[in-house]
Amino acid sequence: MAGYRNGRRPRAAALISGGLDSMLAAKVVLDQGVDVEGVNFFTGFCVEGHTHAIRKRERSKVKRNNALWTAEQLGIKLHIVDVIDDYKDVVLNPKHGYGANLNPCLDCKTFMVKNALTEDLVTDGAFDFVITGEVVGQRPMSQRSDTMPVIARESGAGDRLLRPLSARNLPPTLPEREGWVDRNKLYGFHGRDRKPQIALAERYGFTDYAQPAGGCCFLTDQRYSRKLKDLWDAKGERDYELDDIMLLKVGRHLRPAPNYKLIVGREEGENNFLAGFRRQFLHLRMVSHEGPLTLIDGSPDATDLTLAARIAARYSQGRDAPEVRMEACHTDGVTEQLLVAPLAPWEVDPRWHIGT
Amino acid sequence: MSAVHLDTSGLLCPLPVIRTQDRIKTLACGDTLTVVASDPGTMQDIPAWCRVHGHVLLESAEQEDTFRFVVEVRR
Repeated sequence: MAGYRNGRRPRAAALISGGLDSMLAAKVVLDQGVDVEGVNFFTGFCVEGHTHAIRKRERSKVKRNNALWTAEQLGIKLHIVDVIDDYKDVVLNPKHGYGANLNPCLDCKTFMVKNALTEDLVTDGAFDFVITGEVVGQRPMSQRSDTMPVIARESGAGDRLLRPLSARNLPPTLPEREGWVDRNKLYGFHGRDRKPQIALAERYGFTDYAQPAGGCCFLTDQRYSRKLKDLWDAKGERDYELDDIMLLKVGRHLRPAPNYKLIVGREEGENNFLAGFRRQFLHLRMVSHEGPLTLIDGSPDATDLTLAARIAARYSQGRDAPEVRMEACHTDGVTEQLLVAPLAPWEVDPRWHIGT
Repeated sequence: MSAVHLDTSGLLCPLPVIRTQDRIKTLACGDTLTVVASDPGTMQDIPAWCRVHGHVLLESAEQEDTFRFVVEVRR
């Protein structure tokens, strides 16, 4: 298919999340002779990448980036774009509000489609159209018959937005009308049933693909969203830096009082990750027993610090000892020795746990 | 031909890949970029990114939790 456009084949930007749908959508258009390049936006909330690296117990798995892996399987380039700063406005001020948690899915997809067309990703001319793996009726917020046109309109893509997996449920787009792609070779998938996608994957011979439960974004996660809201409440403003949202992905978060919270590493990988922040935070280090590294975010007084140490000790190998020794390391370099009794399980107020 | 160095220590994937990608955009064919990283994920991701974009990975090494890559730029 793919008629020539200005002396060259039409060129499409495919939003590649690393999941199956975006992979199939790109493949469907690639097979029609269109030049397809992948675009993956790193918002800071992506499940991909970071958490795989943090959690040591997952190290038996290959720590691949699924978007890169998808591009490699398809034989296309992949542009990974850092949108951490620009994406803040999407999270903090979503025009269309949030979904079940703090997920601004409709604004998010609009942002990504818009940026795929406007980002200076290719040096020799812009992309002619954008491909997504969206399917009508698949998601409760951004993939509905009434909201998918909103994405096309508000992104500025208009009829240059093609959803190959669901195109036959939607009006013909520019690439179809211009003959760059054959509408008859596109699909009419709809609803939450994954069987059509799995069958198409089998036809293409795709057997190894990521199927992240709940999507590829932490903002769809209830516990993560509660931790983000707690962060905003504690800051007194709705704002964040990359470090803030990264730390929400790691450890147990407990807030015994409004003026401070603890981030307690759950295993070696998380302890190593938290250690990277030890110069920025007051932190607790176990001395007498094996135990977690604990960052303290906020301004605890001496009484608070003792309670924090007793909580942290609860998650150490000394949890059943009458007393444990630990060091409180302040950000000015001063180190304080503490001897505390670990809290008993019933002394840890369940309300202290953020996100549960 | 120039040889450029990029230290991404402390960054977690995909940021080391993004920084590599952005630096390579400024280089010419035949230039080399040496990337140092601390995230073990780079051992998968930087070679994969090079394969996807057609750049040549001249070296890839791990030493005491530090990862080092030498990439030759191709256009």
